[in-house]
Amino acid sequence: MTQTMPEDLDSNRPQESRNDAGAGEPVVVVDDISITFDVKPVLQNVSFTVQRGETRIILGPAGGGKSVLMKLVNGLIKPDSGSIHVFGENVTAMPEVQLFKLRGRIGMVFQESALFDSLSVEDNVAYRLHADGVPEEESHRRVVEALQFVELEQTMEKFPSELSGGMRRRVSIARAIITKPDLILYDSPTGGLDPITSTTIVDLVVKQRDVSHTTSLLITHRLQDAFLLARSRFNTATGKVDPIPDNGIDDSTKFLVLNEGQVVFDGTTRELVGTSDPWLKEYLS
Amino acid sequence: MPFVSPKVFAKQTIAAVQEYSILSWHAVANMFSRPRYWADIFTQMDSIGVGSMPIVVLTGFFTGCVLALQSATSLQQFGAVSMTGNLVALSMVKELGPVLTGLMVSGRNASGMASEIGSMKVTEQIDAMRALGTDPLRKLVTPRLYATIFMLFFLTILSDAVGIAGGALVSVSLLGLNASSYFHNSYRALQYGDVVQGLTKPLFSGFIIATVGCYFGMNTKGGTQGVGRATTQAVVISSVFIIIVDFVVSRAMIGIFGR
Repeated sequence: MTQTMPEDLDSNRPQESRNDAGAGEPVVVVDDISITFDVKPVLQNVSFTVQRGETRIILGPAGGGKSVLMKLVNGLIKPDSGSIHVFGENVTAMPEVQLFKLRGRIGMVFQESALFDSLSVEDNVAYRLHADGVPEEESHRRVVEALQFVELEQTMEKFPSELSGGMRRRVSIARAIITKPDLILYDSPTGGLDPITSTTIVDLVVKQRDVSHTTSLLITHRLQDAFLLARSRFNTATGKVDPIPDNGIDDSTKFLVLNEGQVVFDGTTRELVGTSDPWLKEYLS
Repeated sequence: MPFVSPKVFAKQTIAAVQEYSILSWHAVANMFSRPRYWADIFTQMDSIGVGSMPIVVLTGFFTGCVLALQSATSLQQFGAVSMTGNLVALSMVKELGPVLTGLMVSGRNASGMASEIGSMKVTEQIDAMRALGTDPLRKLVTPRLYATIFMLFFLTILSDAVGIAGGALVSVSLLGLNASSYFHNSYRALQYGDVVQGLTKPLFSGFIIATVGCYFGMNTKGGTQGVGRATTQAVVISSVFIIIVDFVVSRAMIGIFGR
């Protein structure tokens, strides 16, 4: 990562002033939610909270309900029981019209990017700006900045089908961060990518975390990506992502481990590494 | 396809009708509140209306041709070949123009809507749209609904016109009728009620094509195979609905206008 941070996406922005929840209040509160598809329970009594500025990594084997949890937090689906509060608002009881407004403060990166294939990269990234009626000149400037952040400014005129999987994922990140959201949901941003491209994506997440301090949830089933995220930091002087010295760990990064729809771990990186739970030990080994 | 109990089947059917009704209601009502996506409406008008013109013109023209040809054989037995224009105009304007145009546009556009929206559904683009704060019904369904209703109305008029022209071509060139007499009879045969009946039908057909196509698209499940299934179902069900509603509207119009 040699790219410096675009001014518009830089830190020192009044993130807290946009949050309805008090300064000490958690940004996301998931309280005892359960959901069943057909007859299969996908999530059972899941509870956890995400504090402001925290990066919560959701780990777990494939099919454990991680993506469903992410969609629940964004109000895209409703749980059978329990409640989810985002910025102090109950998304489980909110009508869709109000959810559209709330989602203006949430950026989401989908598992398979979910770029609009009939729109160019520029139109994809600027989608929300166009919907909000932002003038074309300003919209273009912000798209350039967001694409510079993911180092893809040269792809502006291309269509998603002309991009590689990793590039699509990066465009998806640019689309999610362009409005400077207060919460970013990354649904398996490294899923299905080769290790080098995965590292590039993790570096972008680290950069976003350390520069903007945006609260985020990140799903992955790749342990190496999760620990790379916890053990790296963005060096503003060099514009690169470096390992934290002395085997240090980023304090704002925490873990939630799901297995078969249930929470098996909720805590810090150190607590996860030092766990005595036999299943977790085997999973981490 | 797995067999299900009658109880489960009935529940599924009622749930589907409920979902379809809700989608249709929102698609109609969205036009009366902001935001309205005019650019999408005009794009869809171009795609659905202008794009369907070649098939509608060809279908209408040759239907008129064959109608003149077939009816002349029967009319000849009564020495009434000169009434060919009368029969072609009435058949085209009241029935064949609206129904065939509806079926043609259904085959082209209900399938297009189901596959396009279905592909967006299975690739999470619909969820992405919602996550980006846009209502997919407002952005995708409402423009298609109003564009289809509006353009089908004019496509039907076009189909009626070229159908009568096709009948004229056959009547003059093959049956040896006088062109002026043909058009005069055609014009005299049509009454106000006939035209109203013929132009009311595309309003219903347009509604059916767009709502059924979009409903199956929005409810697509199961990857690319699901997209194929949704496309087939959209065409089959919209075509059947068009014919059923055609009967109902015809009966109602006969009740109102007496013909």
